[in-house]
Amino acid sequence: MITSGIDIGAKNIKAVIIKDGNVVSKAVLTAGIDEIDTANKVFDEALRSAALKRDDISRVFATGVGRHNCGFAHEEITEVGAAAKGISYLMPDVRTVIDIGAEEGRAIRIDNKGDVVDFAINERCAAGAGIFVETMARMLETRIEDIADLYDRSTRDINIGAHCVVFAEFELVHLIHSQISKPDIVRAIITAMADRVVPIIKRIGVEHKVAVIGGVALNRGFIKAIENELNVEISVPTDPQFVSAIGAAIVAAE
Amino acid sequence: MVNTGKEFWRWPESRWTNPHIDWRRGEWVTAGIDIGSVSSQAVIMVNGELFCFSNTRTGSSSPASAVNAFNMAVDGTGITIKDIHFTVGTGYGRINVPFGNRAITEIACHAKGANWMYGPDVRTVLDIGGQDCKVIKIDEKGKVKAFLMNDKCSAGTGLGMETFAELLGIPIQDVGEISFMVSEEPPPVSSNCVVFAKTEAINLLRGGWPKEKVLAAYCSAMAQKVFSLLDKIEVEKEFAITGGITKNQGVVKRISRLLDIEACETKWYKKEYREMGFPFDPQIAGAIGAALFGKFLAEKAAK
Repeated sequence: MITSGIDIGAKNIKAVIIKDGNVVSKAVLTAGIDEIDTANKVFDEALRSAALKRDDISRVFATGVGRHNCGFAHEEITEVGAAAKGISYLMPDVRTVIDIGAEEGRAIRIDNKGDVVDFAINERCAAGAGIFVETMARMLETRIEDIADLYDRSTRDINIGAHCVVFAEFELVHLIHSQISKPDIVRAIITAMADRVVPIIKRIGVEHKVAVIGGVALNRGFIKAIENELNVEISVPTDPQFVSAIGAAIVAAE
Repeated sequence: MVNTGKEFWRWPESRWTNPHIDWRRGEWVTAGIDIGSVSSQAVIMVNGELFCFSNTRTGSSSPASAVNAFNMAVDGTGITIKDIHFTVGTGYGRINVPFGNRAITEIACHAKGANWMYGPDVRTVLDIGGQDCKVIKIDEKGKVKAFLMNDKCSAGTGLGMETFAELLGIPIQDVGEISFMVSEEPPPVSSNCVVFAKTEAINLLRGGWPKEKVLAAYCSAMAQKVFSLLDKIEVEKEFAITGGITKNQGVVKRISRLLDIEACETKWYKKEYREMGFPFDPQIAGAIGAALFGKFLAEKAAK
């Protein structure tokens, strides 16, 4: 059976195609203004790279914040359910999954079948989401891809008091003018962001193994900061931003 | 958005001197310096009466901002730092007032200042600063009985409103008035976070909402955020508001509506101040409180 999962996130739309339990293609595009249009384009791109046609796909499941705007999905599943199923497929030993997207974050505890045991969500504060790092990267005139390297080069632990993106923007101006190095500023920002995420994880309790997914999982600095604060080792799957789309495709096949 | 080079967030700075006082004849000349995260104020009092004040923007250095606020306040009066008997620093940068004799928390100073400005009947003070929001319960002497504070989140602070003025291209001092130019009150912006509220506002504008309607929705969201803090403490009358947002009736009236308690009018409690037309600036409450503490401490030291 061939199924597809479409994850319509706040920033990016991801599509995954699964054939007989194997991921055969992935595609991603920035959501833009017209989500329905972009979702179609991403789906077509995934089909093209797998050399398939729409008719070949038995079922399409949509997830993500904009899942209601996927014109062609047969069903919708929640972000929590999709993340749980996705990580369970990729890393069956994981019991705690932390999913940090552009505009929200969630921590989910799952059982050995990938069913959700407990979860907690932050969708109210930008400081615990990817938009925090993006805003700061823009102010530092740094590409988001370079943030992890800058974090690695930091030699000093600077504490920024701000727990809010808007306040952090102001604090950043002071740090820049105080000649604090870019790597140290980056580390301060990432640590501040981790400080916003850790309480959400603690709310549900940490059970081994722990994985981080979503676009922010690509940021090694963030992973290190969370590891330090929780004192656990964290796994990150390959292409962590596709986990929820994979989960949706898995559920579509069930 | 077209960059016109105009800074819509920038509120007017001001200074004022009381023409009825000769400070050289005063027994006690005291200064209160309130270094906030966004704005700084200096107040000079002569024997506990308002002599001059300034209200300015905090720069990147607290000590420099303190000196700047002081110099602006005393401009043209002939006062120099050595003429001041006692200086009290308050606010976020209070320990960085280079010529300060003492630092006192902004909670205590706002309580004292609000009591002096609005009168002894005030029992609850709401201070909305640039980067925080506090609710203070006080007694008839302006002494703090209890307080609550949000300094973690920019929703419900002056900075959040500056962000919106800039986003919509509306001068900050016109926000309140323009927010009432709607035929009916729209639902508040649903996002709590300023960053998300901005995204939501952009979508509303794209969806055809006029600016005044978006502003109304944001003022109302801000009022709700502030109300959620007020709701945790029993608000008693009289209810006074201090800080820059006091000048934004779009938020003040909506807070009063949610509370079902009218906020005090922004008028001097002292009849002679009203009659002589002294300017009433709700942003100087902290600095007034600090200058009053300064007088008390100077007298105590002299005994």
